[in-house]
Amino acid sequence: MIWPIDLAILTLVVVAAIGALMVKDLLGASVLFGSYSFMMCLLWSIMGAVDVAFTEASVGAGVSTVFFVAAVFRTTRRTRD
Amino acid sequence: MKIVGLIIVAVTGAFLIYAAADFPAWSDPASPASTYLSPHFIEKSMEETSVPNIVTAVLADYRGFDTMFETTVIFSAGVVCFFLLRISRREEPESRYYRHVLTGVTIQLKEGYKMPPSDDFEQIDAAWTPPDLIVKTACRILIPFIQLFALYVIAHGHHSPGGGFQGGVILGASVILFAISHDLRSAVRRMSEKLIAILCAVGVLIYAGTGALCLLLKQNFLDYSVLAGVLHVDPITARSHGILMVEIGVGIAVLATMIWIYNNVSSAGRYRQGL
Repeated sequence: MIWPIDLAILTLVVVAAIGALMVKDLLGASVLFGSYSFMMCLLWSIMGAVDVAFTEASVGAGVSTVFFVAAVFRTTRRTRD
Repeated sequence: MKIVGLIIVAVTGAFLIYAAADFPAWSDPASPASTYLSPHFIEKSMEETSVPNIVTAVLADYRGFDTMFETTVIFSAGVVCFFLLRISRREEPESRYYRHVLTGVTIQLKEGYKMPPSDDFEQIDAAWTPPDLIVKTACRILIPFIQLFALYVIAHGHHSPGGGFQGGVILGASVILFAISHDLRSAVRRMSEKLIAILCAVGVLIYAGTGALCLLLKQNFLDYSVLAGVLHVDPITARSHGILMVEIGVGIAVLATMIWIYNNVSSAGRYRQGL
């Protein structure tokens, strides 16, 4: 493990996670969540778990972001109740 | 209430960090995880299954029963999305719109009238927007390569990272990309809802069927070495081939489920207008 890269990615993971919680816009939150997944994928590959990293990249950063965006597009500005 | 929640989260986080200090160090050879089973997998998996990628050997062979139910979880996720979101009740639209593909002329048919299916006209929605030409063309060029890579990931899972799950997700993503760049209607026309539902079940069936075949040949469930007689190879190569069979099953199930979930979520179960 190269510790400067490790530290930088860990910081970005925390920043992306807090950002996804804090941001008001749902679309922005889902994009931030995708970037969080991608940072986790880099972290897995640094630790040598390449299979897990591959799954994280395809499922977490790829398809689930699309699902989130699709779900956000079906929401409305004001709640019905 | 917000402050109470914040305190609970902070305390739980502090406990987790405190507990993490008791973990064995990263890549510690004396830790319990790497003294009990791991040496056997690392030393013996190549001569027992002839699969160089230990992760694939463990997932699909040593812990094949576990992976079978993971595939079932994926399958049930797709089925649950279908039952929750799909609106099966046919609510007839006021009037139908048909667009001539070559000229772009749109005609409106009043309630109750239908156009006979033809290649010249496509049915569109009232809120239809033309898909962007650049995006459409770029995706049309990209999609075959994505699908080829996905097949490579499934077939090469024995030797490199990857396997049925990742390959299936990438295959599903290529179809989702098509649905985003064109529209949901043309994606569903190419891959109908019925086909997706059947593929979803067929994937799980291939996995369980491989296990049941071993059972029929008087061995344990998912013990692929007994397939040697059927495949005409030695028992060790038979285990490698058995892993490939279940990986293909996982790939088909995951591919169909991803498309199924996307179709239902993006159109809110109506299958008309996608994203």
